[in-house]
Amino acid sequence: MEVCGSSNVSLREFGCEQSLLSRPDGSASFIQGDTSVLAGVYGPAEVKVSKEIYDRATLEVLIQPKVGLPSVRERSQEQCVRETCEASLLLSLHPRSSLTLILQVLHDDGSLLSCALNAACMALMDAGLPMSCLFCGVTCAIDTDGQIITDPTAAQEKESRALMTFAIDSTERRVLMSSTKGSFTVHELQQCIAVSQKASEKIFQFYRDSVRRRYSKTLE
Amino acid sequence: MKDTPLANCERDFLLKAIEEKKRLDGRQTYDYRKIKITFGTDYGCCFVDLGRTRVMAQVSCELVAPKENRPNEGIMFFNIELSPMASPAFEQGRQSELSVKLNRQLERCLRNSKCIDTESLCVVSGEKVWQIRVDVHMLNHDGNLMDAASIAAITALCHFRRPDVAIQGDEVTVFSPEERDPIPLSIYHMPISVSFSFFQQGTYLLVDPCEREERVMDGLLMIAMNKHREICSIQSSGGIMLLKDQVMRCSKIASVKVSEITELIGKALENDKKARKAGGRCGFAESIPQERITALKMEESPVEMMDVTERANDIVQKAEAPPQTVPSPVVPVPGVGQVGQGLQNTWGLEDDDEEEEEEEENGNRGEEQEGKASKMEKYEKEESRGGDVVEISDSEEEEVVILHPETSDKAPVNTGSRSSSHQKGAAKSKKK
Repeated sequence: MEVCGSSNVSLREFGCEQSLLSRPDGSASFIQGDTSVLAGVYGPAEVKVSKEIYDRATLEVLIQPKVGLPSVRERSQEQCVRETCEASLLLSLHPRSSLTLILQVLHDDGSLLSCALNAACMALMDAGLPMSCLFCGVTCAIDTDGQIITDPTAAQEKESRALMTFAIDSTERRVLMSSTKGSFTVHELQQCIAVSQKASEKIFQFYRDSVRRRYSKTLE
Repeated sequence: MKDTPLANCERDFLLKAIEEKKRLDGRQTYDYRKIKITFGTDYGCCFVDLGRTRVMAQVSCELVAPKENRPNEGIMFFNIELSPMASPAFEQGRQSELSVKLNRQLERCLRNSKCIDTESLCVVSGEKVWQIRVDVHMLNHDGNLMDAASIAAITALCHFRRPDVAIQGDEVTVFSPEERDPIPLSIYHMPISVSFSFFQQGTYLLVDPCEREERVMDGLLMIAMNKHREICSIQSSGGIMLLKDQVMRCSKIASVKVSEITELIGKALENDKKARKAGGRCGFAESIPQERITALKMEESPVEMMDVTERANDIVQKAEAPPQTVPSPVVPVPGVGQVGQGLQNTWGLEDDDEEEEEEEENGNRGEEQEGKASKMEKYEKEESRGGDVVEISDSEEEEVVILHPETSDKAPVNTGSRSSSHQKGAAKSKKK
C-alpha cells in the first residue's frame, strides 16, 4: 500500500473467511484493505450436454459486479481467473462434469483482480477440489516516478502509469497468468514479477496459517 | 445445474413435523430467524443475513432525463439478481419466473407504496432527475428471499447518500463527497415484507419459511407493511383459498414483526452512523467474525524488496539472447520489397492461392516488424492514388525497403486490389 523506494513495499492487511455460505460446496470471502470479493464454488456436478468435455471437467467462472449487469470488463476478468484455475485444478480427475465458480464483488478499492484470484483459490480449497498447486494474485502498479507499488488502492491505480496483475503458483513461484495495462519496460516487468513472487510468499503463508487454524481442532 | 431434488420421505417428514407444530430448526410457528444487518464501506451498501439466507443490496444513483409523463419526479429502479451463487438452480442472465415475481413484489413494496419522495430527486424539471438504482444480489438461498430482499433494499435506501448538486442558470454542478456532504434520500415510511407459508390447504401456517419448508408448502402470502400498520401490498401465490380471518390474523402477525424489524433497522443505522462519525473503519472488512475458526486476518505486511532489482537485471540480461534468433531483415532478391520483409515465412507455405490468407499473413508479419507495415501501406495508398514510385524510393525512411525496379513499371496502373496481388507475388517469389 505504501509508496516507497525500492526498500519496502507492502501488502494491505488481508483477511479471509471460509465456508461462510451454506449452499455452495465451497465458499470464501477475501479482503485486501477495503477491497473484498466473495466466492462460491459448485461442483463437480452434472454438466449440460452442450458444455460437456469428454476428458475433463468444464470450469465456468462468473464475476458479478456490484452495480448493474456483467460487462466486457467482467468477461475479461472471468477469462483471466478461469485460465488460472484451469492451470492449477486437476480437471481431468472429473471428466464430464461441471465446476462453477461465482465471484461476487463486494467492494472495489483497487487490486480487484488479485483479490478475486485469492478468493477463488480459497473457495476451491474449501470445496476440496484436487489441485496441482495453489495460486495467488498480486497486483503491482508503477507510478509516474517509476516506483513500484504492490496491492494498490483505487486512488493509486488511477495515478499509476502501468498496472500489472500476476497469478503465481505455490510450488515454484511461476507466473500462471498476467494481465497488464499501460506501458512499461522489460526491466520494469521483470522487477514487478520479482516483487510479486516475493509478495506471493506472504500470501501463501497466510493460506497456510488459515488452513492450519481451520483444521487445528481436528488435528489434535 | 439442477437443484437437488427433495426425496419423498423428506417431504413426508417435513409435513408430519409441521402437523406436530415442530420446525426443523427448532423455531416456533411465528418465529423469525435471526436477522443480522451489516453495512458496506460505501454508502448505500447493506448485507442482510436472515438465518442462513444472505442478501446484499447496493444503491447507486445517476442523473438522467425524466419520464415524459412525469417531468419532475425522480426514477426508482429495482433489480433483483438471482446469482447462481445463491443456489445452483439459478442461472445467470436468464429471467426466471421467480426473479420476475420477486422483482415485481419489491417494486410494489417500495415504489408503488410511495415510500420515497421522488419529487425531491428532481434537479431540473423535465431535463435532469436522479435515477436511484437498487441492485439486490442473492448470495445464499435458504428460503424467504423476499423478506431478506425487502429488508436489505429499504435499509440500503435509508443508508444511501446522493451527491449534492447546485444549479446556476443552466449549469448543473455535482459535488464530490469531499466538496460537500452528500444528502440522504427523504423516506416517508419503511415498508417491510413478511412472508407466510401455508401447508395442507391452509390448515397450518408458518412465518419466515426456510428453503426446505418452501419446497413443501402449498401457498405463500406476502404482506408488505410499515410500522404505522399500513398495508403496502398483499400478494398470495400458490393458488390456495384463504379465509378472511386467516388474512386478518396474518396481517396482525405482520404488524408485530414489522415493528420489530423496523426497530432493528433503526438501531443498525444508528450504530453505523456512530461508527462512521467516530472515524473508525467500518464496512464488510470489519464485519468478519474474528473468533471463528474458519476466519483469519493478517495485518499489513511489508514485502522484502532487497534483491528485486538485481534479480530483474539478471533475468533481463539473461533474456537478452532470444532477440538474436530473430533473423535479421534480408531482402531475398535484390529489388524485391515486401511487407514484413526478412522474417521467415511460416504461414503460407502450403497455400499460395488464397488471397485473403496472404493478406492476413502480411498483416501479422507487419506487426512483427513494428509498424513498418503501416508505413508501407501508407505508401501503397499513395501509389494507388497515382503517386510517383520513384519519389517514394527516395524517402528518408531507411528501414523500409521500397519496391524499386519491379514496381516502377507496374505502378502507374496500381489500384488497391492490384497492390495486394502484387504483395502476393512478392511473397511467392520469396518462397522460391
